[in-house]
Amino acid sequence: MLLIYCPYCEEERSELEFRQAGDAHIARPTNMTEMTDEDFEAFFFLRDNVKGLTFERWRHLNGCGRFFNAARDTVSDKFLTTYKAGLPRPDLSTLRPATEAIVETYEATESDAK
Amino acid sequence: MSGANRIPGAGRLTPAKTARFFFDGKSYAALEGDTVASALLANGVHLVGRSFKYHRPRGIVSAGAEEPNALIGVERDAARKQPNVRATVQDVFDGMKVISQNRWPSLAFDVGAVNNLLAPFFAAGFYYKTFMWPKQAWKHVYEPQIRAAAGLGVSPTEDDTDHYSSRYAHCDVLVIGAGVAGLSAALAAAKTGARVIICDEQPEVGGALHYDKSVTVDGQDGFTWAQGTAAKLAKMDNVTVLPRTTAFGYYAQNFVGLNERVTEHLAKPDRKLPRERLWQVRAKRVIIATGAIERHMVFANNDRPGIMLASAARTFLNHFGVAVGKKIGVYTANDSAYEAAFDLKRAGITVAAIVDSREKPGEGVLAEARSLGIEVLTGHGVVNTSGKLRVSSMSVARNGGGAVRKIAIDALLVSAGWTPSVHMFSQSRGKVAYDNETQRFLPGTYAQDCLSVGACNGTNDLQATIEESLAAGELMSNASGFTASEKLALQGSNAFAWTGGMAGAAEGAGADTTVKAFIDFQNDVCAKDIRLAVREGMHSIEHIKRFTTNGMATDQGKLSNIHGLAIAAETLGREIPKVGLTTFRAPYTPVTFGTLINHSRGELFDPTRKTPMHALEEAQGAVFEDVGQWKRAWYYPRAGEDMHQAVNRECKTVRDVAGIFDASTLGKIEVVGPDAAQFLNLIYTNSWDTLKPGRCRYGIMLREDGFVYDDGVVGRMAEDRFHVTTTTGGAARVMNHMEDYLQTEFPHLNVWLTSATEQWAVIAVQGPKAREIIAPLVEGIDLSNEAFPHMSVREGKICGVPTRLFRMSFTGETGFEVNVPADFGPAVWAAIWAQAEPMGACAYGTEAMHILRAEKGYIIVGQDTDGTVTPDDASLGWAVGKKKTDFVGIRGLRRPDLVADGRKQLVGLLTKDPKVVLEEGAQIVADPNQALPMTMIGHVTSAYWSENCGRSIALALVAGGKAKIGQTLYVPMPDRTIAVEVSDMVFFDKEGGRING
Amino acid sequence: MRKYSVFAVAREAMRGHRGWEAQWTSPEPRKEYDVIIIGAGGHGLGTAYYLAKEHGITNIAVLEKGWLGGGNTGRNTTIIRSNYLYDESAGIYDHALKLWDGLSQDLNYNVMYSARGVMMLSHNIHDQQVFKRHIHANRLNGIDNEWLTPEQAKEFCPPLDISRTARYPINGAALQRRGGTARHDAVAWGYARAAADRGVHIIQNCEVTGIRRNPDGSVAGVDTNRGQINAKKVGVVAAGHTSVLMEMAGVRMPLVSYPLQALVSEPIKPIFPCVVMSNTVHAYISQSDKGELVIGAGTDQYSSYSQTGGLQIITHTLDAICELFPIFRRMKMMRSWGGIVDVTPDRSPILAKTPVPGLYVNCGWGTGGFKATPGSANVFAHTIANDAPHKINAPFTLERFRSGRLIDEAAAAAVAH
Repeated sequence: MLLIYCPYCEEERSELEFRQAGDAHIARPTNMTEMTDEDFEAFFFLRDNVKGLTFERWRHLNGCGRFFNAARDTVSDKFLTTYKAGLPRPDLSTLRPATEAIVETYEATESDAK
Repeated sequence: MSGANRIPGAGRLTPAKTARFFFDGKSYAALEGDTVASALLANGVHLVGRSFKYHRPRGIVSAGAEEPNALIGVERDAARKQPNVRATVQDVFDGMKVISQNRWPSLAFDVGAVNNLLAPFFAAGFYYKTFMWPKQAWKHVYEPQIRAAAGLGVSPTEDDTDHYSSRYAHCDVLVIGAGVAGLSAALAAAKTGARVIICDEQPEVGGALHYDKSVTVDGQDGFTWAQGTAAKLAKMDNVTVLPRTTAFGYYAQNFVGLNERVTEHLAKPDRKLPRERLWQVRAKRVIIATGAIERHMVFANNDRPGIMLASAARTFLNHFGVAVGKKIGVYTANDSAYEAAFDLKRAGITVAAIVDSREKPGEGVLAEARSLGIEVLTGHGVVNTSGKLRVSSMSVARNGGGAVRKIAIDALLVSAGWTPSVHMFSQSRGKVAYDNETQRFLPGTYAQDCLSVGACNGTNDLQATIEESLAAGELMSNASGFTASEKLALQGSNAFAWTGGMAGAAEGAGADTTVKAFIDFQNDVCAKDIRLAVREGMHSIEHIKRFTTNGMATDQGKLSNIHGLAIAAETLGREIPKVGLTTFRAPYTPVTFGTLINHSRGELFDPTRKTPMHALEEAQGAVFEDVGQWKRAWYYPRAGEDMHQAVNRECKTVRDVAGIFDASTLGKIEVVGPDAAQFLNLIYTNSWDTLKPGRCRYGIMLREDGFVYDDGVVGRMAEDRFHVTTTTGGAARVMNHMEDYLQTEFPHLNVWLTSATEQWAVIAVQGPKAREIIAPLVEGIDLSNEAFPHMSVREGKICGVPTRLFRMSFTGETGFEVNVPADFGPAVWAAIWAQAEPMGACAYGTEAMHILRAEKGYIIVGQDTDGTVTPDDASLGWAVGKKKTDFVGIRGLRRPDLVADGRKQLVGLLTKDPKVVLEEGAQIVADPNQALPMTMIGHVTSAYWSENCGRSIALALVAGGKAKIGQTLYVPMPDRTIAVEVSDMVFFDKEGGRING
Repeated sequence: MRKYSVFAVAREAMRGHRGWEAQWTSPEPRKEYDVIIIGAGGHGLGTAYYLAKEHGITNIAVLEKGWLGGGNTGRNTTIIRSNYLYDESAGIYDHALKLWDGLSQDLNYNVMYSARGVMMLSHNIHDQQVFKRHIHANRLNGIDNEWLTPEQAKEFCPPLDISRTARYPINGAALQRRGGTARHDAVAWGYARAAADRGVHIIQNCEVTGIRRNPDGSVAGVDTNRGQINAKKVGVVAAGHTSVLMEMAGVRMPLVSYPLQALVSEPIKPIFPCVVMSNTVHAYISQSDKGELVIGAGTDQYSSYSQTGGLQIITHTLDAICELFPIFRRMKMMRSWGGIVDVTPDRSPILAKTPVPGLYVNCGWGTGGFKATPGSANVFAHTIANDAPHKINAPFTLERFRSGRLIDEAAAAAVAH
C-alpha cells in the first residue's frame, strides 16, 4: 500500500484514500472537432507507459477530492514528488532520485546472474 | 509425568503445570509451554508425519517456524479444524486433539508408502513425460489419482466460528525479531523516545537464546536478560512488544504486515478475543533482526524420524527439558552442532560420536569434545542411516571412501551451517549479495529505509551483534528525528565462536543418481533431482525450483534453497552467485485467510446502502434486490401472490390509478456557479443555455470516446444552479468524471459540484391520480398542468417540509418526483401512502418500474446500452446538440466506425406469439436455419410480459435495426426458434398523451 | 528429440534417469535469423513452434531477457476458457481451446490441460442478463456455456455458499465445462522443447536494447546485450514490457502496464473440483494438482513494472473468496507474487502488423492471456509467416482505436479474465 503526499492537504495518507487517474500533462485539445483520427487516437488511446519515471494524476478521492500530479518511478513505485494540478512538470534535477540506485525487481537479479 | 524423555532440572518449563493432549487418539502428558513437537519428543514420539510424494515416515526436524516435516492437524471442534500446523510452533493446550496427515490407514502403516518403492519412476518432473495416452485418461484416470495423492492436510468443511481482528499502526522504528540483536536495537531506539514496535514469532522473546545456554548479556543468563529486557520495554509508553507475532510481508514504503496469534495456544480461549490479529504497520524505519536458520546435512536417507537440526535438539533440551534420544550421533560441517552434543552429554545422554565432514573443526569445540570424552570423527561422513520409523544407526566412513562403520543411535543431530534470514530484506526489494568467504547471501543494496542487524546481516560474533544492533537502534531513531541523551553499552559473552559450514550435498550423498539424499523434506526433493533438472536443460535456478518443486512446500525452502542452489551450481560448474537465488515472496510463514480478511466478512464485507424509506417498504412487504451496494425494493407481493402476479398488479395499478416508487438511489449532483450551464454544455451532449429555470431536460453524457456513459434528468433550479440526476450505478463515477473535467480540463469555469445523492429522499408518484394524491400535501406550488407542465421543477413544501418537486415521468404517466431532505423521507412517504392507498394506488418496485419504462421505450443505460452504444444507436440522436462545437465525446463520436452504416441500433421486438416472453440476452439472427457458427445481428436487452399491453414486449440492439422495422427476425433458443417482428420502441400510449394528464 | 512416454520413463527409471537429454539447448546467437521473437513466454515460444511446424520457418531466435517462461506464463493462475461474448473474441479463444485439447500429444509434453469446468457466478439481475447474453451468443457460435441454478452451482462446486443471507447471494452461474486449467510451466517448457527440436534457438539472458531499422524504415534486426542480431522479421511478444520494446521502434502503444497479484494456499487434499470466478466480488479460485488453492483478483490501480503490489489487494481478494467459500477461512496463504500485465483500452489483445514493416506485435492480453496461448501463438505465427493476419486475428489490429472498431469485452460485460 503506497503512501502518498497530497499537495492540497499537505499530508501523507494511505493509498486507500486515493485513486490513480492515468497520465498527467495530457491536455484536452481545444480544437476537438478539428482533430484528425490519428491525433484523436494519440490523445485518447496511446500512452508512453513509461518504465521508470512517469508523471501521473491521482485524486484524493476519500480526502479533499482534489486531482493532483505525481512524479513516480514505475520500477521502484517510489514517489519523487507530488504537485498541484495545473503546475508544470517539476524540475527533477532538484529532486533526489527515487533510490540511489534503482533496484529492479528481485527477479532481475536472477537474470543478472548469468 | 510429562514424558519419559524429560530431563529433571533441564529446561525452563514448570513441571507442576501439566496438560494432556491426544495424538491420533492416544493420550499424552505435556507441560504448559510445550510445543506439540517438544511434548511428543518428551514422550519418545518421533514419527509424526508422512512426506508429500513418497509417503516416507517423517519426524521433527526443527524447533521453529522453518519446520518442513512435522505438519499436523489440530482440531478444536468440527468447525475449527486446522490442517498443516507445524508441530514445532503450536503450543500444547489441555485437551488438544492432534492428528497426523497424509497417511492411510495409519501413520505407522501407510499404504501410500508404496510410492517409496516406486520412487525410481517418480523422478522430478516425470508427470510431464507421461500420462498422455490415451488422451481421455488424463482427465478421468491419471489426474484424479495424482490429485488424490497430493495435498497434505484436509480442508475444514465448516465455516470458521473464530473471529479475527485488525490494527493499523504507525511507528518510528519497527524491529522485526526479538533475539539479542532485535532487543538491543529496540532498547537503543526506545531510549531516544522514538515510537518502537518490536515483534517476534515465538511466544517468548530471546531467539537463539532459547537454545544457547552459554550466552550471558549484561552479566545475566542470556534468556533471563531477554525476558527482563522485553518486560522493561513493554513498560515504556513509547514501545509495543508483540510476541507470537510474525512479520510476514514487507511492502512498499516500509509497510509491514504482522500476524499476531492471540488465542491459538489457549485451551479455552475467551470467545471475545480474536484468534489472530493482523497488524499493518507503517514504520519510518525498520530494523530487521531475523537471525539465521540452521541447514541440515544432505546425505543418503537423511530424512528418518530422529534426524534433526542440532540447534533444535538444543532447544528441546535447554528450553523444554527434553532429550531427543538416549544415544545420539552428530553429523556436522559446522562448530555449532558440537555445542548440542556438549549440552546433551552434560545432561547425561550418550553421544555416540560427532562425525565432522571437515578435517579441521574449530579448535575450541574440538578440545571441549575431547575433554568431555566425546569421540570426534573428523574428515568423515555419514553415508547412510537405517531404521524404519526412527533412525537406529548411522553408517560412517572416511571422506573419499573406506571402511563403513555402523554406529547404533536413536537420534542424529545435523548441521551444515546457518543461512541468514534475508527474507524480509529481500521482500523490501533490497538486493542480496553473495559473500564468497562465508558462502552466504547477505543484505547488499537497500531499497527502503531499513537496516539488517545480527545473524541475518551475517554478523556472527555476539558482542559485534550487540554493538551493531545498539548502533542501528540509535541511528534509525535519529533518522526519524529522535536522539538519545546517553549511549547504551551492553556486554555479552558466549562459549564458542563458530566456524565452518557447507552448502550442497555432503560426502556420502555422492554424485549418484539413485540415492535419496533429501534437500526439501516436505516435497521429497533429493540432490539427484536437482542434478536431473540440470541434465534436462534447466539452468536457471527458477527452472530448477519449478521442475523439482524444491522450496515450494509450506516451509518455502527455508532449509532447502541454499542446498539446492549449491548442488545446481556444482552440477552446472558455475559459482553460486552466477546461478542466482529464487525470489523471496510474502508471506514469511503461512498466514490464515481469516487473519488477512479479519472483520471483512458477512455484513462488513461490503457496506449495504439502504434508502431512508427502507424500513417502511419492508413493512409494506417489499422484496429487495441488490443493485450495486444498494438494496432496492424489487416488488411488493401481497398474500398469495408470486412475483409475476405482484408485478402485473403493480404495473396495471400504476396506469389505472397510480403508484409510488422509491427513487432515492438515483445519483444526484448539485451543479452551482455562474458557469454551471457552460459546464453542463461540455459534459452533456445537450445544450443547456436554453433551459429556463424551473424546467428540466433529459441529458446524455458520453465518454471522450463517444459512447453513452450515463443519462438522467437535469432540472434548472436557477440561472446558476442545476439539480443533476444520474443512474443508480453511475452516481459515483459520474461525480468523479465531472470533478475530473472541472478540476483539470475546465478549471477556468466557476462551478462547484456537490454530491447530493444521500441528501435527498426521492418518492416518485406516477399515474392518472398522481396529482390528486399529492395535491393535499403540497404547499406553495401550483400543480396544474398549465402552471407546472411535464419536465418542470418547483421548490415548495410538502407535508410542511421543503421539497424540490419534479414533474417528470419514467412511466409515461402523469408523474411527480418528490425530493425531500433524506430524514423526512419516511414521514413524507407515509403521508403520500396514506393518500394513495385509499384511492387504490400501490407501491411498486424496480421490476414494475422496468416494465413500465420499457412499455414507453425509455432506455436504461447499462441494460439497453453496454458501453459500445452511441446516442444515435439508442435513438437518442435528438439529444446531441448539432450546433455545439465541443462537449466530452464530440470527437470520439465522429470516428469512422461510430458513424458507419449497419451499427447496432435499439429497436422494439414483438414476438409473433404474444404470449412468449423473450429471454434477456438472447441473440437475434436473420436466418434461423444457418449452421453454427451463426451470424448474429443483435441481442435482446430488455424483455417483459406487459400486463398493460396484454402481450410480451422487448427492446433489442439489432444491426441496422431502424431499417428493419416491420421485418421478421428470429431468436434461436436451445429448444425452439422464436419469430419476432421488429418494431419501434414505444409499446404503450404511442401518442404520449398520458404524460400530460 | 527422444519421445516422452511411459515406456521412456520406465526405461530411465531402471538406470537412474541418466538418459534424459536436455529439453532445450542454450546456443550462442547467430548473426542473422529469418525471424526473431522477443519474449520467451508461452505466446512467444508457441509462435516459434508454429512458425517451424506449420510454416516451415525454422531459422528463428527467441530472445528472452530472463529465463524462459519467467514472465506472466509462469505467474498466472492458469485459467482456460473461451466463453467470450463477441464473435472476434470467441473466435480466438475457442481456437485456443481447441488447441489446448490435444496440446500434450502435439508437443509430446504433458501440459496437464484439465477440463475441470469454469464457473462464473452471477450475483444479481445485471450479472444474469450479461451471462445469459454470453450463453446465447456462445451457443450460436458453437461454444459450450450453460446457465446453472444456485443449487446446480453448489452441486458442481460443493464448497460454494449459496445461502440467501450472504452479503451478495448467488442467483446462478454460467458454466463452461470445457474450461479449466493447465500447468503453466509445462506449457512454456513443452513449446520450448518442441521448438528447439525443430531448430529454433532459444536464447535466454539476452535483453533487447534496440530495434534496428533499414533506411526504408523496415526492420533490420535488434541490438542486444549479446550483440547485434539481424532479421527481416521481428515479433514482439513481451506482455508488460511491450511498450518499452515498441518505443525502440518509435511506435507508441495503446497500453498501460499494471501489477497483478496472485496467491496460493497451503496444499490440502482435493476439495475444489473446478474453477470459480466472480466479477461482482472480484476473485477467482481453483485447486492445483499439488493441492494448493490458487487465487487471484484484479490489478493494483496504478501502472507499474515492479512485479509487486499492495497487501490490500491480497486481503480484499481473500475477503471475496471467503465470502463465497466460508469454509476456507482457516486455510493459510503460503505464497503470493506479482506479474506485470499490459492492458488495452478495450481489454482485447493486439495481434497485428505494425506501422513498421517486418515488425509484428502480440500484446494487450491483460489479465487473461494464458488461456489464449496456443491460439494466439498459432495465428501470430501465421501473421508473421504471411505478413498478413489470419482471419481469426484480423480484427485485433492496432488501427481499431483510430477507427473506433473496438472489441470491447469489458464495456459489454464488465467481465475480466
